[in-house]
Amino acid sequence: MSLRNRSGPALAVCAFALLLGGIALVFWWAPTDADQGFSQKIFYIHVPVALTAYACFAWGAWKALRLLWTGNERHDLESYTAIHMGTIFGVLTLVTGAIWARISWGVWWSWGERQLVVFLILFLFYSAYFMLRYSIDPGPRRARTSAVYALFGVVLIPISFLAIRILGTLLHPAVFTRDGVGMTGSMFVTFLVVLAGMLCLGFALYHTELAGKRLDARLRELRRALA
Amino acid sequence: MISARGIGKRFGEKEVLRDVTFELPPGGFLLVTGRNGSGKSTLLRILARLMASSEGELEVTVERRSLGYVGHEPLVYRELTALENLELYGRLYRVAERRERIGMLLERYGLWEARHERTQTFSRGMQQRLSLCRALLHDPELLLLDEPYAGLDREGAGMLDEQLAELAATRTLAVSSHEPERLEPLATLRLAL
Amino acid sequence: MTAYFQDVSVLARKDLLLELRSRDTVPSMLLFVVGALVVFHFALPDSAGDDAARGLLWIAILFTALLGLGRVYAAERERGLLDGLLLAPCDRSAIWLAKTMSVIAFLLLMEAIALPAFALFFAPVTGAMVAAVILANIGIAAVGALLSAIALSSRTGDLILPLLFLPLAIPIVIGGVGASIVDDPARFLWFLGLYDGIFAIISWASFEYVVTE
Repeated sequence: MSLRNRSGPALAVCAFALLLGGIALVFWWAPTDADQGFSQKIFYIHVPVALTAYACFAWGAWKALRLLWTGNERHDLESYTAIHMGTIFGVLTLVTGAIWARISWGVWWSWGERQLVVFLILFLFYSAYFMLRYSIDPGPRRARTSAVYALFGVVLIPISFLAIRILGTLLHPAVFTRDGVGMTGSMFVTFLVVLAGMLCLGFALYHTELAGKRLDARLRELRRALA
Repeated sequence: MISARGIGKRFGEKEVLRDVTFELPPGGFLLVTGRNGSGKSTLLRILARLMASSEGELEVTVERRSLGYVGHEPLVYRELTALENLELYGRLYRVAERRERIGMLLERYGLWEARHERTQTFSRGMQQRLSLCRALLHDPELLLLDEPYAGLDREGAGMLDEQLAELAATRTLAVSSHEPERLEPLATLRLAL
Repeated sequence: MTAYFQDVSVLARKDLLLELRSRDTVPSMLLFVVGALVVFHFALPDSAGDDAARGLLWIAILFTALLGLGRVYAAERERGLLDGLLLAPCDRSAIWLAKTMSVIAFLLLMEAIALPAFALFFAPVTGAMVAAVILANIGIAAVGALLSAIALSSRTGDLILPLLFLPLAIPIVIGGVGASIVDDPARFLWFLGLYDGIFAIISWASFEYVVTE
């Protein structure tokens, strides 16, 4: 079991470089959006953060599946850390989304904004995940139960999207809408750079936290063995 | 029948079992002794496969359908009658000639008259006896009994002495008790926790 | 295969028999749902339309269901009776399926009173609403039977169940309310069917991992 955080620092450097580069591109290279003006630039942060959150949740669910499949408790820590990261990025999505809404339309929240609504549901779900984890004593039971709930979460993502789509404008008029991403070439490249940077950041944080937790667990193991 | 090597169990930080090793051959009688809290119940639950061990290797060569377990709780539904409870387990274990077998067991353990009563009206001794019926219903090869004398009065304990002697002759037993003197003569293998 | 369904049938009958004897859960659910509807009358302003009321019906059903779900494993929890079922040679998922079926039965009994009461107090009940309620029952029961088993492992048992359940119930509410108020409810009913199918399968498959130690 590797205790040293090998990939963490390397990924952090990558993330730093990519994000710095990305931000530069956002402000100096990507063209200003005709409709929304300067505020549209938040899109370059908001969407990558959202996509990174999804990636974290998916990774967490994958590790959960591995735990149930192999029974190897390493995967519990990996799943938990991934979901932790996902939740953090999820909250950031909600925050950046709210800022964008405020700047663009003057309101902090809009029910017509599908992505945000899905994230709100996910936020509720994964908060319950943490409450569940805290209310079970550590051990294989907690690991398996968390894993099952994590799998439910990843299935909830597309289901929520579908639900909100068929709801359409039924209950909440989409007064404020965003057109589909009709990005020009330079916008797309900028977006990809920031996305890559954000994913690197996500993974860097994941590896760092994971290494920390593993160290913790190893310490406890040693203390126990000496007792 | 049971092969245990280095079995350990931890609940969070608390270690309840450590390095338990023994071999119980078919027909044997394992007597597990120890103070309260020494992990006797935990060990039996692990043997019944209700719980996994934290470490070590365990091999129990019987399947669930050939395993009988009597624990602290009688594992009977309060709102159902004795007969209904045994019917339930009889069906789940797919016991052959279910009705006859249930009738026979209820008679043998003195519960025939009370068979239509809801078990919530049963005394502790009666519940224990019903629990034994439940565990024996499917004629298990391996019987696990966790402190079967707990809460029994003298008459009940006497009955249990007879029953255990009978059972020990025909199947493999693992019994935990913090009063091992009664069971000493029957034991072929002893484990002190 | 038939052995599996025999086990399910034995277990389901046991659950229904227990409820018949103890009469704990269903009467409470009946009383609660009617009480909730009365409360909703006072919570709705006069100007609120039928659609608003129909939305609230779904809230009433959801929270009444939660009340019932809290009791699903009550017998097993009290006396450690789950051990008895786990010792038996039956497939663990059979336990889940039996519980799901009994929850559906309880929900149907509750709705047999709730829907007429709703029609009496608020607005007519459409065919689509009934279809949506029946489909929603499956999803609620399937997910609920699994989540209450999870709640058994938790120190805060009763408290954690609503927290776990509500986010997963949101799509059900969307499907149900949607079907109740639009002219063309087909897509919402299909959605509820999809939800039921997907979540029933993962609940069925994951039950074993949640209930064994």
